[in-house]
This record gives sequence, structure tokens and C-alpha cells, in this order.
Amino acid sequence: MTAEQTAEQEGRAPIATAGSYARPSLAGLGPVTIGWVVLMLVAAVALTQGAADIPARTAIGLLLERLPLVDLNITAPASWERIIVDVRLPRVLAAGAVGAALSFSGAAYQGVFRNPLADPFLLGVAAGAGLGASIAIVSPLDAGTYGFGWVPVFAFAGASVAVTIAYAVSRVGRAVSNTTLILAGVAVSSLFGSATSFILITGGESARPILTFLFGSFNTASWDRLVVATPYLVTGAVIVALFGRILNVLQLDEEQAAQLGVDVTKVKLIVLVGASLVAATAVSIAGVIGFVGLIVPHVVRMLFGGDYRRLLPLAALLGAAFLITADVLARMLLSPQEVPVGIVTAAAGAPFFLYLLRTRRVDGLR
Amino acid sequence: MTAPTADAVVSTTLLTLNDVHVSLDGVRILAGVDLTLDRGETLGLVGPNGAGKTTLLRAATGLIELDRGSIEVDGEPLGGFSRLDLARRVAVVQQLPEAPASMRVDDLVLLGRNPYLRLLGRESHHDHAIAHEAMVRTGCGDLATRTLGTLSGGERRRAFIARALAQEPALLLLDEPTANLDPEAQSAIFETLRELAAGGVGVLVVVHDLTLAGAYCDRIALLDGGRVVAAGEPRQVLTAESVARVYGARVTVMQHPESGAPVVVPAVLEAGR
Repeated sequence: MTAEQTAEQEGRAPIATAGSYARPSLAGLGPVTIGWVVLMLVAAVALTQGAADIPARTAIGLLLERLPLVDLNITAPASWERIIVDVRLPRVLAAGAVGAALSFSGAAYQGVFRNPLADPFLLGVAAGAGLGASIAIVSPLDAGTYGFGWVPVFAFAGASVAVTIAYAVSRVGRAVSNTTLILAGVAVSSLFGSATSFILITGGESARPILTFLFGSFNTASWDRLVVATPYLVTGAVIVALFGRILNVLQLDEEQAAQLGVDVTKVKLIVLVGASLVAATAVSIAGVIGFVGLIVPHVVRMLFGGDYRRLLPLAALLGAAFLITADVLARMLLSPQEVPVGIVTAAAGAPFFLYLLRTRRVDGLR
Repeated sequence: MTAPTADAVVSTTLLTLNDVHVSLDGVRILAGVDLTLDRGETLGLVGPNGAGKTTLLRAATGLIELDRGSIEVDGEPLGGFSRLDLARRVAVVQQLPEAPASMRVDDLVLLGRNPYLRLLGRESHHDHAIAHEAMVRTGCGDLATRTLGTLSGGERRRAFIARALAQEPALLLLDEPTANLDPEAQSAIFETLRELAAGGVGVLVVVHDLTLAGAYCDRIALLDGGRVVAAGEPRQVLTAESVARVYGARVTVMQHPESGAPVVVPAVLEAGR
């Protein structure tokens, strides 16, 4: 017993322990700790990047000073503080939240569909949410809170329609065809994307914000939007996270999962609703940004294994770090002009997708 | 069949099928199956392709709705159990179970503990110990850290049997666990099943190979056209007449020189000699 306890403290699997869930990780640190450290470093670097030439030390110091009990005696122009707190910080937080949401929902979709290619973009969920958000923007509905109130709700409706179509089309008997799922997602993406373009072209002045949705960008990020979006993100994430262990069981076929006591239909429905809420909210904030939910969970799986209880939080943390980085690149590549961040993620993600297809480093892909 | 006393029924009968009728997509698959399985017994389910063996197995797991009749586990109707309750009593090894090729054997086996875990529960030392024991009993203790994609056919079957054992079931249902395996691996799996039965588990196993069924099963039920046409000890069921009647083939049933168990061979072999 003591040997087991010691072994567990050291992160080794005890001899009588089955399972990789106690698999040792880099440098003896827990993987989730590593994820947080990476995210914090990336976020700190991102805060120091921008058009205004503010020294890195001052930028970080200005933020730290706002914490209680911290007094660093930093002297800086008031405009610097406004740039850091009202421009850069919400932008980094938005990029982090959206990256986390896309990657997390990607991992959840992959778990439900048992398909490593099921990411919000390839499933058509992002396009569905984009269309829903566009309809909300041009609708005569009171835009409500900060011009954003109805957007996540409509985006969620659009995402739900998209995922339902992709799922219904690809379902053959009790199985879901991996290839058909992605093909259906491509068709749904194309259809909903066209509808969004149509609204953009015919919608006049009120439709102009839709342009942001087509390429994805954080230049509309604000504290207000983050405040509105957070409850949706948290709700969806909690719903999915509750079923982390059950998602492990669902990696077996549905019949086995049912024989192990899982109510497969119910669990799938609940997780799909949670994942779609998270993905749709991400689209509401920043538009259609592809491939984050494909790349990040895949890398996490390779590094830390496929246990969903670990995969979900790690996908969120590293997804945040990934998209913050992509956004910094988007701001810097053609500075002072800004490249839509969706173009940056597509430039990284599309080749990665092709690589996955080519090498078939993907379970169950036929 | 001799009628056991009421007491004996309660204490030893694990699975009872009464007049079970099942249709799939409007086609009648099972047409009045009566069957019982006792604790500690290995019952072999044999019959030609399409006789309803797999459907019978799936019906016993509560995954198929019955047109008529009833199925009882531990004297209680299947419908009376929650999914988790049932998963603690009945474990299944499908013919071609799926799992990610990158999944490790020990992780697969640990999934067998799902029926005992709460939604947010973690596997305890007890769960790990049971999974470990299941691997040892099925001879895949050495395979624990291997991924499923690297296993041979026989190793893979054993890993899934270990997953089923981790459920600590009273009743184990297996669908052709030895199909496509070489004779040595076939025997190894049936030896394992026999040990399990000796420990009190009721084993219902679909077998294609009649000789194998005859060698290892306590009783055999011969299924044809959705009905049990013969049930009893291998020697009573696997007669040349019954086998020929059901399979429509000319076969010879011989006796194993050592065990006396029936050995079923095609009659053609003899004619051609």
C-alpha cells in the first residue's frame, strides 16, 4: 500500500495499477500545470506586443499593479495604461477564450463522434453559428446588451442546426461514417457560408459587422462582449466536462458503451449541446476561425494521451495559448495593417489537416 | 429437462429466457426461445449462420426489445434493471468490438469499471486492482501497456474479455470469442472461460466450431430458425442426426480418443479417403 502511495506521489503508475491515467509527464509536473504555465507565458508576451511602443516590463507591471496588495511604483503615461487595460488585455483575453472554446469543443465533438477530424470548422458548426450570428445582426431584434445580446443565442441555434444535419446525414444504422461526417460538414459549411455572404451583400449598412465573421478577427474584442459571452462559455464547458470520463467509455463502440451502463443517446445529446454552445459563443466573439479545434486536441493527444478528463482541460489551455499566438502573428505580420486571424490559423491548419489525411495518423479513419 | 425444485431455481438459475420472440426490421429472428443458464455453467450456443445466435446474445443484454416472452437475470426481469445495475451483472464480449488503436490495454480494461463509478468519480485503488486481476486471469498481464493496435487477434480478444471481467459480472456473454484464431489461442480462451465458470460465473458463449463447443461446454443449445431445437450435454446434442438436420450437411460425429467428447467432421473427408 505504501509502495503504491509513494509511486503515485512520484507520478509513476503503481505496479498493481492498471491504466495510463497516472502516466508520468514532462519534468514531473502535472500536464495541466504545464498548460497553465505555457498559457501565462504566451499571454504575457502578447500583452507586450502592439502598435504603441510600450516597454514589456512596464506593460506587465501596469497590469500587476491593478492586483490588490501589489504596488510597483510604475510611472507611465495614463494613455499607456488605457492601451494595456482596455485594448490589449481584452483582446488577449478574447483570443484566449475563443481559442480555448474552439479547441475544447473540438475535443468534445471528436469524443462524441469518435472522429479525430471532427472540429467545429470542418463539421460546419462554425459556419452555422456564423450564419445565426449574421441573422441576429441584421434582424430588427433589439441588439440588446452592447449590440451583442442576441448574437450568441442565434449563433447557438445555427450551430445546432449544422451539427444536426452533419450527424443525421452521416448516421448509417447505429454507426457514424467518419468520412461522410466530414463531407456533410463541408457541404453544410458551404451552404451556410453562402447564406452568410448573401446577407452581407444584401443587408446594407447594418450587415457590415458580418465581414468580421467571414474571416475571424479580434479587433472588435471588448470587455463588454467578454462579459456577455462568459456565462455561455462556462455553462457549455461545465456540461461537457461533467462527462469527461464517460467520453472515455464512448471511445468504444456504442453497443459496448451501452453494455457498460452508459445511456449513449442521452450522453451524446448533452455533450453535443454543451460543445455547440461553447463553439457558437466563440464564433459570436470572433467569427469563423478554422482548425484550432483540429490541431490542438490532436497535439494534446500525442503528448498526453487520450483520457478526456485530461484532454479537455489541456485542449482548452493550449488552445488559448495557440490562438493568442496566432493573433499576435496576425497583428505583426503586415504591421501596421492587420491580417484576419482566421487566415493565420488556416495557413497553419489546412496543411496540418492534409498531413493527417496523408499519414493517416488518425484512428478509425477509413 | 428435469424440473428442479423451486428452491434450486432461485439459488442457481442465472439467466432464463421464456418464449422469446424478436424481430429486426420486421424479420422474425427469434421465434420462441426457451433457455436457462445456471451459475458456474458454460453454455455453448451453436447453430448455422442466421440461426439467431448473436440476436439472442444481444437480447440477453437488454439492447433489443422483445416482441413476446421474457428474459430474467437473477430471477428479475431485464426491464427491472437500470443500465448500470445490469452492467454490474452482465458483461458482453462482442464479435468485433471497436476501440481506438492507440488505446492501451490497461485503459481499455479499466473502462470495465464504469458501472461502479459515479459521474465525477475516479477509479480507486480497488478498481485498479480488479482491472489488474482481470488482466492476469485472461493472460494479458504482460500486455498492460501495449496499445490495441499492436496486439495479435488472440491477444485482442483476451483484452476485451479482461474488460468484461473487470465488470465483475455474474453472467458473461461472448459472441464467437475464438473466431479466426489458431487452435492454441482457441484453447487458451476456452480454458480461461472454464476457470471463470469454476469460479461461479455463468458463461453463455456463441461458438461456430462444433468440436470446440463439444470439448469445452457443459451444455450446448442448438439453435435453428430462431428456435432451440436441441439442448443438453454435448454428447446428446451433437449427434450426427441433429447436426445433419440443422446444418444440412453430411457430417460424421466421432468420439475424441481421450476425452470422449464429440468431434464433428465433414463426412466428405471419409468418403474421399
